[in-house]
Amino acid sequence: MSNTATENEHDPLIPHGHQQTGRVGDRIFRGFASGAGIFVLVIMGAIGAFLIWKSIPSLQADSTNFFTTTEWFPDDNPAVFGIAALLFGTVISATIAMVLAVPVGIGIALFIAFYAPRPVASTLAFITDLLAAVPSIIFGLWGLAVLMPNMQGTAQWLNDYLGWIPIFDNTLGIYSKSLFIAGVVLAIMVLPTVSAVTREVFIQVPSEHVEGALALGATRWEMVRMAVFPFSLPGMISAAMLGLGRALGETIAVALILSAAFTINWHITEPGGNSFAANIALKWNEAGPIGLSALIASGLVLFLITLVVNMLARWIVSRRKDFSGAN
Amino acid sequence: MTISRTARFTFIAAAGALALAACGSSSGGGSSTSASASVNCATGSIKASGSSAQKNAMTDWINAYQQACSGTTINYQANGSGAGVQDFTNAQTAFAGSDSALKDTEQPLADKRCASGPAINIPMVGGAIAVAYNLTGVDKLILNPAVTAGIFSNAITKWNDPKIAALNPGVTLPDATIAQFHRSDASGTTANFTAWLKDTAGADWTSDTGKEWKAPGGQGSKGSDQVLASVKSTPNSIGYVELSFVQGAQGVGAAWLDNGGGAVEPTSANAAATIAAATVTGTGNNLSLTIDRTTKAPNNYPAVLVTYEITCEKGLAADQSALVKSFLTYTASDAGQGGLADNGYVPITGDLLTKVRTAVSAIS
Repeated sequence: MSNTATENEHDPLIPHGHQQTGRVGDRIFRGFASGAGIFVLVIMGAIGAFLIWKSIPSLQADSTNFFTTTEWFPDDNPAVFGIAALLFGTVISATIAMVLAVPVGIGIALFIAFYAPRPVASTLAFITDLLAAVPSIIFGLWGLAVLMPNMQGTAQWLNDYLGWIPIFDNTLGIYSKSLFIAGVVLAIMVLPTVSAVTREVFIQVPSEHVEGALALGATRWEMVRMAVFPFSLPGMISAAMLGLGRALGETIAVALILSAAFTINWHITEPGGNSFAANIALKWNEAGPIGLSALIASGLVLFLITLVVNMLARWIVSRRKDFSGAN
Repeated sequence: MTISRTARFTFIAAAGALALAACGSSSGGGSSTSASASVNCATGSIKASGSSAQKNAMTDWINAYQQACSGTTINYQANGSGAGVQDFTNAQTAFAGSDSALKDTEQPLADKRCASGPAINIPMVGGAIAVAYNLTGVDKLILNPAVTAGIFSNAITKWNDPKIAALNPGVTLPDATIAQFHRSDASGTTANFTAWLKDTAGADWTSDTGKEWKAPGGQGSKGSDQVLASVKSTPNSIGYVELSFVQGAQGVGAAWLDNGGGAVEPTSANAAATIAAATVTGTGNNLSLTIDRTTKAPNNYPAVLVTYEITCEKGLAADQSALVKSFLTYTASDAGQGGLADNGYVPITGDLLTKVRTAVSAIS
């Protein structure tokens, strides 16, 4: 935007009077735009500062290692709490969600953009977008009442046939309230995000590329592989990262489904697990002063994780853009 | 463009969730107790907040009081005991509802808020904690502290364990794994339930008490409603919830508890007997209680909880103290206490109720 503005300033074709009004309007707009940009940074900084400031009392009171402890009793005397189990549960449930949602989301987007007949495509796009508008508590209650009882068989099958892979082993014989189920619900919740963004990216693939590939005798899959994917890779990565952001921060659905145990249990089909956001929702109401501060400290960690995830995504996208042709 | 679209969806989803949450919290309250004509009305409006355990009782009381005394507004926000005490200490509310009396660390802060007098704990609403179970064909289940502790700490894992069978002669118990549910959120129900186990089960209960569940194993569910839903939908399961949640729930039974003096049925009356026998440990009009959870009296149900109203004996702003006093006088009256059992709560009775009324009348 500022590029065009500077060009206009030096444009001899614009009469003098007009130039002046243009300059004033341009200045206002530039000030407004950069103000908005700075404001975002200020808000981010303020959030970070607030979280750090509010978490200091609990970090000082913590009698154990904040990063390795798997218990959460901040209001005890002495306070005992740490984020290890929260970090574990957050990362594992989000990973399960990504593993399930990204391939399916990309598949939906491919179908809508290249395979489906036009009326089917627009209806399907509308329906997947609609999925994003369902409140997360609905997903939570649905996961609890419908999905959980019906996932029993799947989890049992994983244990029976893939139990030699440690994560699918279930030593308890109880398959409810697990990270696995939370991951599946999260996958459904991030699916619309992933598919909507990748769909938009796929639609922007230059039709010359697509038609060229087809004209050269490529099958439709070869066209997707050679023309669409290379062009859209950064967009697909951003889509996955946006979805990951939602999966990491999802609160109420996870709080309802997980058993909220403070353990690090690699058997993902067993009851247990907890996440940063779910723990804050579960403990906030009854927390004492140190408890509140401890929850804010855990929020700070989540804030940093999402920041790192987003920066990583940006970095991957920027590294790829030279030879992808996008941006 | 793509990002703004996603953001819009997220916003819609968030707004929907908010609207739904708002709907959820405004429901509740059921039968309303009719305020007797003898209510001594005050004027104005006050805010209060705290324990969600007494939310339904408060809703009924406030409805009845406001009906009897038009023009008054009492706003009780059930945001949790911890938050309620903090709101009161920060002088944002006129009284707090709490499922535990002020702790030694909280008392001086609360006293400071009350300028010219101490902050007092007034027991107002009692409750019973039921051990809810889902066992087909078992209409009456008897548990004692040691066995309950064993079940809830994963030491006893099968329903046909000899220890359970010994307490229930003649009852056919299945050879099934016990699915055990506890609260995943911090809760006064957990604190009082584990307090009973700690006081009575001795070496069989090694975990500490507190609002957070500290025993190993089992599954957590959010809130009494979800614990009950989990028990209801899981065969061969057990959990602990407030008594009102079990009453009328299909397929879920409430275990009789035996402290050693014979099994006691979980009823409002049996819980009221235990609460009435509690010793007052506070001084003056500060009625913080110590409940004898080891009671062996034949009609005293041991797993109970008491929730308090915390307010200033003296030193509330003049416009607030009159209304607090008038409202609490109503809640402690026969009309106020009489409606509690209908909602699954336990009324304050006997000498303790007299002390409560004395304490309320001292507010100025």
